Amino acid sequence: MTPDAEIALAVSDLRTRFGGDRSGATVVDGVSFSLKRGRTTALVGESGSGKSATALSLLRLIDAPGRIIGGEIRLGGENLLSLDETEMEAVRGAKIGMIFQDPLTSLNPALTIGKQIAEVLLAHKDVSRAEAEARAVELLTHVGVANAALRVNDYPHHFSGGMRQRVLIAMAISCSPQIIIADEPTTALDVTIQAKILRLLHDLQQEMRASLLLITHDLGVVAAMADEVLVMYAGRIVERADVDTLFHAPQHPYTKALLACVTDIGGDRSVPLEPILGTAPDLKQQQVGCRFAPRCPAVQDFCRREDPCLMALSDRQEVACLVVQRERNLMAPADA
Amino acid sequence: MAFIARRLVGVVPVILGVSIVIFLLIQLAPGDTATALLGPQATEASKEELRRALGLDKALPIQYGVWLGHALTGDFGRSIATQIPVFDLVLPRLVNTLILTFASLLLAVIIGYAIGLFAALRSNSIFDRLAMSVALLAGSAPPFWLGLVLVLLFAIHLRWLPVSGMQDLAGDGGFVDLLLHLILPAITTALGPAAIITRIVRSSLVEALQRPHVRVARAKGLPRAELLQRHVILNALPSIVTITGLQLGYLLGGALLTEVVFAWPGLGSLLYDSINARDLPVIQATTLLIALAFVLANIIVDVINAGLDPRLREA
Repeated sequence: MTPDAEIALAVSDLRTRFGGDRSGATVVDGVSFSLKRGRTTALVGESGSGKSATALSLLRLIDAPGRIIGGEIRLGGENLLSLDETEMEAVRGAKIGMIFQDPLTSLNPALTIGKQIAEVLLAHKDVSRAEAEARAVELLTHVGVANAALRVNDYPHHFSGGMRQRVLIAMAISCSPQIIIADEPTTALDVTIQAKILRLLHDLQQEMRASLLLITHDLGVVAAMADEVLVMYAGRIVERADVDTLFHAPQHPYTKALLACVTDIGGDRSVPLEPILGTAPDLKQQQVGCRFAPRCPAVQDFCRREDPCLMALSDRQEVACLVVQRERNLMAPADA
Repeated sequence: MAFIARRLVGVVPVILGVSIVIFLLIQLAPGDTATALLGPQATEASKEELRRALGLDKALPIQYGVWLGHALTGDFGRSIATQIPVFDLVLPRLVNTLILTFASLLLAVIIGYAIGLFAALRSNSIFDRLAMSVALLAGSAPPFWLGLVLVLLFAIHLRWLPVSGMQDLAGDGGFVDLLLHLILPAITTALGPAAIITRIVRSSLVEALQRPHVRVARAKGLPRAELLQRHVILNALPSIVTITGLQLGYLLGGALLTEVVFAWPGLGSLLYDSINARDLPVIQATTLLIALAFVLANIIVDVINAGLDPRLREA
């Protein structure tokens, strides 16, 4: 990872709440990161850690009464959070394409595949209906759907799960966005199909020189796909590192625990898998101190009082852990 | 096309079943046609003679066969009370009932779709809650009672609209006169179904709005109007069309009651008079026509839904 790689999208201090003002929970709590051009960034964490909420926030697709309560999302000099709804429509699908988790429910059952791809082009590009439909056939062929010229007239229920995910990928890349967000794109698919879809995503991202934000809880997928990894826990990023550093020298106790949960095929079976004890905190409650403290094997007294922030250990790694930071004599910023 | 043909073939046994039920229903009802016609003083012999003349002495299946055979050619016999051929009696009344029914349907659909759509788009707002409460009230009010209240208010106190006195279409009042006479009965008939349509439109749209593919469509950056049309309304339409079709049946039934209240010269008031007079052939023809209309409405609903949902076409 070269540190000076061109930044395509910069998120700073993003905060998103679900639910009402009193009863709700801040599910994304001060998240900052950037996506670099032509690179794949993996966002990992367990269910409920705020990965999907972060992804949806980037496109401002959080449903009311949930909402983004603060921060900045910079895309090419614009702050997406200050755009009005019409301006935002011009960003969605055109500058940022998104692929969702469940291909079986992500397509409209009442419209043909061709129409659903063509409508993205019609919304963003100055093309005729015939041109858009012709382009839909090319796109389908490009994502590996055979007989695309015939299949554009089929409805979603004629397609298998894997094929539907290809269709959704074709829709997401149809306007050549600089940024592609893939929210657990293979979770709902068979293992054999997963590899094919990931390969397709990787090839398209390389070919388009796009930034890919890949949301997953599967560390195998991270190792295979990512250049950089963001580890999320309870609404915050607890560690950021390039992929080699993360797997070989993880620093945050949560990252270490996540890696210890992974099975190693052909590895020593006498070493038991280590589950992370306890459960993630209830975000509806006021949080004091490090959010991982109740489950952390290395917890110290100050962890329960002070709130850690992300600090750089090197230009390849940042970690939000007070214990690690004190061991290395990193001083907290004066205002923290 | 094949779908429509299949659907039409499937209707034949339904209509046969309906005709049998209608035929038997009259037989099961207490009272005797001959007595009703000739009065309590009639002799047993004269009653017997009348029964023979009307074919009432034959076995039921034979009576049914004869009746059905004639009915298929549009011959429902003569009215026992007036001796006018039933067909000629029923036809102008049918036209009047259809006018009332379709005016009410139009009203119910416009009110129901518009309020349902607005309530769904602002679900849980004050407008939504208010609209749903009013709909619950309106949907619970019996049409004959509602009719009387409207007559009291608009015709008797305010004197804005006529109570009754609707003439045939061919009468000299013309279109404006028809419209004036139509307003109160149409509102009376439409209100209940409008309330039900409103609630169903709202709930199917709210449900459709929450489907995952709507979020995908939003992520594609579609303009809001297109998003609503193609990804929300299009998917909610099958249940909306189905309930509208069902309401068409209730509208017909409601129109029958309204007709009596407003003296509207349609099938309802004819049926009401015929039942009082035990005018068997007229009752049978009227009921059969209403049942046919119901079946027809359901076929239309199925055909529209098959056009909307590709999975139904292939089933």
